[in-house]
Amino acid sequence: MTPIISLSHVTYAYPNSDVPALRDLSLTINKGEWVAIIGHNGSGKSTFAKLLNYLLAPDEGEITVNDVVATEENMWTIRDMVGMVFQNPDNQFVGATVADDVAFGMENRGVPRDEMITRVDAALEEVQMMPFADREPARLSGGQKQRVAIASVLALQPKILILDEATAMLDPTGRREMIALVHELKAHMGDDLTVISITHDIDEAASADRVMVINDGELVETGLPAEVFANADQLRRFGLAVPFAEQLKEQLRLRGIEVPNEYLTTEGLVTWLWQSISTK
Amino acid sequence: MFSNMIIGRYMPGDSWIHRLDARTKLVLSIAFIFVVFFANNVIGYALAGAFTLLAIMMTGLGVGVFLRGLRPLVLLMLITTLLQLFFVQTGDVLVHWAFIKITTDGVINSVIVFVRFMLIIMFSTILTLTTQPLAVADGMESLLKPFKKFGLPVSELALMLSIALRFVPTLMDEAQSIMNAQRARGVRFNEGSLMARIKSFVPLLIPLFVNAIKRAIELGDAMEARGYRGGDQRTKYRVLTWHTRDTIAIIGFVIFTVALIATRWIM
Ligand SMILES: Nc1ncnc2c1ncn2[C@@H]1O[C@H](COP(=O)(O)OP(=O)(O)O)[C@@H](O)[C@H]1O
Ligand SMILES: [Mg+2]
Repeated sequence: MTPIISLSHVTYAYPNSDVPALRDLSLTINKGEWVAIIGHNGSGKSTFAKLLNYLLAPDEGEITVNDVVATEENMWTIRDMVGMVFQNPDNQFVGATVADDVAFGMENRGVPRDEMITRVDAALEEVQMMPFADREPARLSGGQKQRVAIASVLALQPKILILDEATAMLDPTGRREMIALVHELKAHMGDDLTVISITHDIDEAASADRVMVINDGELVETGLPAEVFANADQLRRFGLAVPFAEQLKEQLRLRGIEVPNEYLTTEGLVTWLWQSISTK
Repeated sequence: MFSNMIIGRYMPGDSWIHRLDARTKLVLSIAFIFVVFFANNVIGYALAGAFTLLAIMMTGLGVGVFLRGLRPLVLLMLITTLLQLFFVQTGDVLVHWAFIKITTDGVINSVIVFVRFMLIIMFSTILTLTTQPLAVADGMESLLKPFKKFGLPVSELALMLSIALRFVPTLMDEAQSIMNAQRARGVRFNEGSLMARIKSFVPLLIPLFVNAIKRAIELGDAMEARGYRGGDQRTKYRVLTWHTRDTIAIIGFVIFTVALIATRWIM
């Protein structure tokens, strides 16, 4: 496993604020990994994401992306490697139409027009938005706009995809489709794509390789989703929602019923429940 | 209520005029404003009117649409016309009542101004009705390119314009939902005195501005994240292509101009 992102003792405070939004953050993310980042509102997740793309520069400490140190001279190289999808579908749609929006990042990099056309088509194909190439954003659903945002990032062939609550404003269907899409991309790009997904959606986080918990600007926990989500007390302490299955397990335990210790999804718990009933 | 605020909104179509290059339509619309002044007699104005009508017919949108486009400007046209009527004091006096003096020259001038105004508005409406706003922005960028040498940030202005256009529907929707939210709280938007109406828009405008600024900040981040840094190394995905029909349109317009100049010697 080769690290693709590493932070050592990174601290960042917004210019108009005395308390740092991130404090002494050290971590590594490996090439090809899918990391979910959770934490209550205002805990510093977006700040973390922006540091990785050099939208913000650390006050202290060092950030390395694919062996390139994040500094002012390297910022364009960094931005070539790190693609970001933000929360609000409307506020990241720059182009007048779907195709224009996908082309925007390539226009910025001076990609020749013929190559742009092929890459726009390929990226739209990838997110199944080809039939909408000429549509204006006003005539797209939130989920479709977010898929376009992913296509815009893919067209730039990044190594790292950061989703900053990219599914938060979508309806359940849009959210499910978007998560499925990222899974698909990951499946055929393999280790060439590292995914960092900031999310409040437990199912989304549970499907990651690793979960990191940020609380008030500090990295307080990192582990397998099953480990992190099985620790209900800790989740509550950090102001996070406890998965439904874990809440149910707690209640069953209170009533003296023996439940497995490892993390179970809702479906997993349902299976366990009927199996334990039918074997009684 | 917002839909009728836009003068001459783009109406999709596939007419010959629709398919003309935005640059052609821009140049001709601007040229028309000056060319109209060559007309100095009835025949000249009739010719200019016929040419405008021909162009309108060719859009396939129907004259009604164009007349409706005039509505928001009626007041402006009336004021300008009346000014001519009351302030041109040469010629034979027709009416003299207290301080009001209307003369033949005044009447003639106001008719001329009215007709010119109509023709120019109608002709410019052809551009806005048959050309996507974005194409207009692209056309402007392309036409203004020579001014880059003098330090005019043409590409940046064009990008600003295209983003502004892109956000018009978004902000309209937002205004609509803020209005609905305020209505649900008992705010009445279209009632009472003028002052009361203006005041009722304050609770609409403040959240709209706050959100627009928030959007702008987020959009800036998204643009930077995708590598935007302005400057000349940018390439363009969208290109304008010049067709034979554009050359034909220009030739047609030149012939019209020559004919219009010729009418000056007919009478
Ligand atoms: N532009 C800004 N200026 C000042 N403070 C900010 C700014 N953006 C965020 N903050 C503050 O930094 C902290 C972390 O914010 P953020 O990274 O957006 O959190 P999260 O994404 O986890 O909700 C919060 O306390 C927030 O109020
Ligand atoms: Mg955030």
